[in-house]
Amino acid sequence: MLEVRALTKRFGGLVAVNDVSLDVPAGSITGLIGPNGAGKTTLFTLISGFETPTTGTVRFEGADITTLPAFRRARLGIARTFQIVQPFAGLSVAENIAVGAHLRHRSRGEAIRAAEAVAERVGLTQSLETPAASLTIAGRKRLELARALATEPKLLLLDEVLAGLNPSEIRDMLPVMRAIAASGVTILMVEHVMQAVMSLCDYIHVLAQGKHIAEGKPEEIARNSSVVEAYLGRGAASRLTGGTLNG
Amino acid sequence: MIALRTLCPLLVVAGLALIPAFTSANTTLNFLVFALIVALSAQGWNILAGYGGQFSFGHAAFFGLGAYGTALAQARFGINPWVAFAAGIGLAALAGTVIGYLSFRAGLRGSYFTLVTLAFAEVFRILFNAASFTGGAAGVLVKLDVRPENFQFASRSVFYWVVLGIVALVLLLTMRLERSRFGAWLIAIRENEAAAKALGVDVLMVKLQAIALSAAITGAAGGLYVQYFLYLDANIGFGPWISVETLMAAIIGGAGTALGPVLGALALHGLGQLTKGIAGGTPGIDLVLFGALLILAVAFMRDGIIGRLRRLLVWGRR
Amino acid sequence: MLSPDIILAAVLNGLMNGAIYALIALGLTLVYGVLHIINFAHGATLTAAMFVVFIAFTVFGIDPFVMIPAMALGFFGVGYALQRFVVGPAAQGSDNNVLLITLGLSIMIENGLLAVFHSDTRSIDVPYGFSSFDLGFTFLSVPKVAGFGVSLAVALVLWVILIRTDTGKAIRAVARERMGAELAGIDVEHIFAVTFGLGAATVAIAACLLMPTFYVSPRIGNAFVLVAFTIVVLGGMGSIPGAVTGALIVGIIESVSGLFLDESLGQLGIFILFILVLLLRPTGLFGART
Ligand SMILES: Nc1ncnc2c1ncn2[C@@H]1O[C@H](COP(=O)(O)OP(=O)(O)OP(=O)(O)O)[C@@H](O)[C@H]1O
Ligand SMILES: [Mg+2]
Repeated sequence: MLEVRALTKRFGGLVAVNDVSLDVPAGSITGLIGPNGAGKTTLFTLISGFETPTTGTVRFEGADITTLPAFRRARLGIARTFQIVQPFAGLSVAENIAVGAHLRHRSRGEAIRAAEAVAERVGLTQSLETPAASLTIAGRKRLELARALATEPKLLLLDEVLAGLNPSEIRDMLPVMRAIAASGVTILMVEHVMQAVMSLCDYIHVLAQGKHIAEGKPEEIARNSSVVEAYLGRGAASRLTGGTLNG
Repeated sequence: MIALRTLCPLLVVAGLALIPAFTSANTTLNFLVFALIVALSAQGWNILAGYGGQFSFGHAAFFGLGAYGTALAQARFGINPWVAFAAGIGLAALAGTVIGYLSFRAGLRGSYFTLVTLAFAEVFRILFNAASFTGGAAGVLVKLDVRPENFQFASRSVFYWVVLGIVALVLLLTMRLERSRFGAWLIAIRENEAAAKALGVDVLMVKLQAIALSAAITGAAGGLYVQYFLYLDANIGFGPWISVETLMAAIIGGAGTALGPVLGALALHGLGQLTKGIAGGTPGIDLVLFGALLILAVAFMRDGIIGRLRRLLVWGRR
Repeated sequence: MLSPDIILAAVLNGLMNGAIYALIALGLTLVYGVLHIINFAHGATLTAAMFVVFIAFTVFGIDPFVMIPAMALGFFGVGYALQRFVVGPAAQGSDNNVLLITLGLSIMIENGLLAVFHSDTRSIDVPYGFSSFDLGFTFLSVPKVAGFGVSLAVALVLWVILIRTDTGKAIRAVARERMGAELAGIDVEHIFAVTFGLGAATVAIAACLLMPTFYVSPRIGNAFVLVAFTIVVLGGMGSIPGAVTGALIVGIIESVSGLFLDESLGQLGIFILFILVLLLRPTGLFGART
C-alpha cells in the first residue's frame, strides 16, 4: 500500500532521514521504532506531506505522491496524528472530530453524527461536549486518534499515541487500536512502549540516526543485536531514567 | 439555546428597523447609517479574522476600493450606481484575493500577515491620493441626483433601511457559515493550521475564499459610504482609522460571533456620541476612551459583548 | 545629472537619519525577537517621549542631550511596568491580543496627547540648532552628527548588554527557547518586561536626538515607526545587526531618492520595499533567524 524508496531528508547539515526504504502492506500493523532523534517523526512528515524529501520517493497505492501537498494526501486516505498533540483548543471534542469528518461529509449534521460514531470507537463518548483544552493527556491522545480516524483513512500514521499514558491507560488503548486495524485500516505506528509494539505489530522497522538498520517480525527484532545496541547506546538508558517529557 | 441563537439577531434587526418610525431627525439617522456602515465593514473583517484567525490591520484597503470602485464607475464611466456598487464590491473582492494569494502563498501568518495588510492599505492610500484618475488629493464627488434607480433616496430612512437590509443579509450569511463545512474548516485553520492540513483542509483555498468574501463585505461598506455621503478622498477611504474602527467594532462586540460586529459598532458609536457630549469640543478624548475600551475588552471580555451576554445567560439559568 | 557632491551629501545625511531610525528599529526588533510580538505602541511611545523632551526644554530649559540618561531610565521604567502590569496580564498569552492591546495603548497615548496639545506641530529652539561642520562640499548639522554618534553608541551598549551581562544572556536565552529558559529557572515575565523596557528606553533616547532638529505633533511617531517596521523586516525580525544595517540602508535610500522623487512617492517606495521583502524573504535580507 505504501512504498518508501531511498528517502532522504536533510536539515542543513543534519541528515534526519538517510536513504530509508520500507513497505507497508495493506491491512498490516507495521511498527517503526528507534531511539530518540532517529528520524521517525521526520519520516512521518515526509509520508504525510508536511515536508518534501531532499531525495527519494513515496508511493501510495501505486501512485507517486512524493510532492503532493499534505491535504491532498489526506484526501487520498493518509491520516496522521501528531506526537505533540495539536487539538483545536477552543473547540469541543465533538467539533474537533467533526472537522476530520467533514472531509467525507459535506453537511454539518452528517459530520457531527460521524464524529459521534468515531468518538464511540475510541472511547470519547463521555467527553463529546468537553472543550478540547481541558482534556487530560490520555484524552488528548484519544482525540488525535479520533480526528485522524474521522477522515476515514486507508492508512493511519500514529506517532506515539501511547506516550505519556500510564500502564492502565495503555491497556485500555490496545484493544481500540486492534479494533481499528480489524476494521480494515492499515496502520504504521511509531511507538516507544515496547510491549505495545511487540503485541500489536505484524512487522517492525528500526531506524537509528536516520538510517534503516533492521526489520523483521517482532520476535526477530527482539533478538536482533544491532537493535539492542542502538537502544542501549543512548535512547534506552535515558528513557529508563525518565529523562523524556514527550518522547 | 437554538431558539435564542436565531431570536437575538431577529430582535436586533427588527428593533433597528423600527427606529425611523420614532425619529426622523437627520443627526440620529446620520449617526445610525454610519454606525451600520462600520458594522458591515466589521462583519467583513470578522469572517477573515474572527472566524479565520487572520488578523488584518488593513481592511481600509477593501473599504477604500469598494468606495472608489462605486464612485469612479459612476463619475468616470457613467455606469448606473447600483451596478457601480456591485463593481466596487467585485473590485474589493479581487484585491482581497490577490493580496491573500500573495501573502498566504508566501506563508505569512500572525504578525507578518498583519503588517503586510497594513502596508497594502497604505500603498493604496498613497496611490489614490496621487493619481489624477482618482481625483488625487481633491477626492471624488458623486453627482447629486436623487432617484431610487440612482441609489439615492429622498428620505434618509430609506437609505438606512437599505443599509440595514444588507447588514441583515450578511448576518444571515454569517450564521449559515457557522454551520457549514467551509465555516468548520475556517475555524479549524484559526485554531491550528497544521492540524487542519492533516485533516485534509486545503488551507490556502479556504483562506482565499475567506479573504475574498471578507473583502467583498467590507468593500460593500465602502460603497454604501460613498453613496450616502457622495464624497470620498484617499484619507477617508484608505485611512488607517477605518481599519482600526473596523476591527475594534468586531472585537468589542465579539470576534468570531455573528452578531458581535453589529453590536460592537453600535456600542462603539453610541459611546463615541456620549463622550463627545461629555468632553465637548476637545478632540481626542473620545478616542482615548476607545483605546481603553479596546484593552478592557481584550482583557476582561473574551468574545466581547456577545461572550459576556452568553455567560450571563448561562449563569442566570443555574 | 546631479553632481557627485550633492549625492555624497545626500548619502551622509541619509546615514545620519538612518542612525536614528536604527535606534527606533532596535527597540522594535528586540521586542519582536524576545516576545515574538509586534509592539504597535512603539510609535506612540516615541511621540510621548518627544513631548516630554519638548516640555523639559520649553518649561525647564533642559537641553535634550542632557535629558538622555533620565529619559532612558524613566522610559525603561514605564516600558517595564506597561509590559508587566498591563500588556502581559491583559494578553493572556495570545499574540493577537498583544497586537490589540498595544494598538489600544497607542490610540490612548496619541489621542491623549492630541487632547492636551492639539494637532499643531511644535519644535524647540536649541542654541546649536543651526550650527554645522563645513566639509567643503556640504555642511553637516552639528546636532545630527551628535545624534549619529549617540545612536551608534547606544546600539553598541545594547549589544554589550546582551552579550556580556547576565540579564542579557537571559534575554537571549528566552529569545531562543522560551520553554527551556523557563525550565532553567529564568523569570520569563521579568525578562519580557526588561526587554519591553529596553525598547521604550531606545525610543526615549531617539526622542532626545530628534527634537533638536525635528518637530513633534501627536501623530508623528507613526511616520517613524512605519519606516522602522520596514527596517526590521529588511534586517530580519529579531536581528539587531540586521536592524542597524537595514536602518542605514533605508536612511540612504530615502535621502538619495528624495533628490529625484517627491516625498509621498518616496514613502510609497518604502512600503513597496516592505511588502516585497515580506513576500519574498520574510526572514529578512540578511537571513537572520527564522
Ligand atoms: N524541522 C527541523 N529542522 C531541523 N532539524 C530537525 C527538524 N525536525 C527534526 N529535526 C532533527 O532531526 C532529527 C530527527 O528528529 P525526529 O523528530 O524525526 O526524531 P524521532 O525519531 O521522532 O525522535 P523522538 O523519539 O524523540 O520523537 C533530530 O536530530 C531533530 O533534531
Ligand atoms: Mg518523534
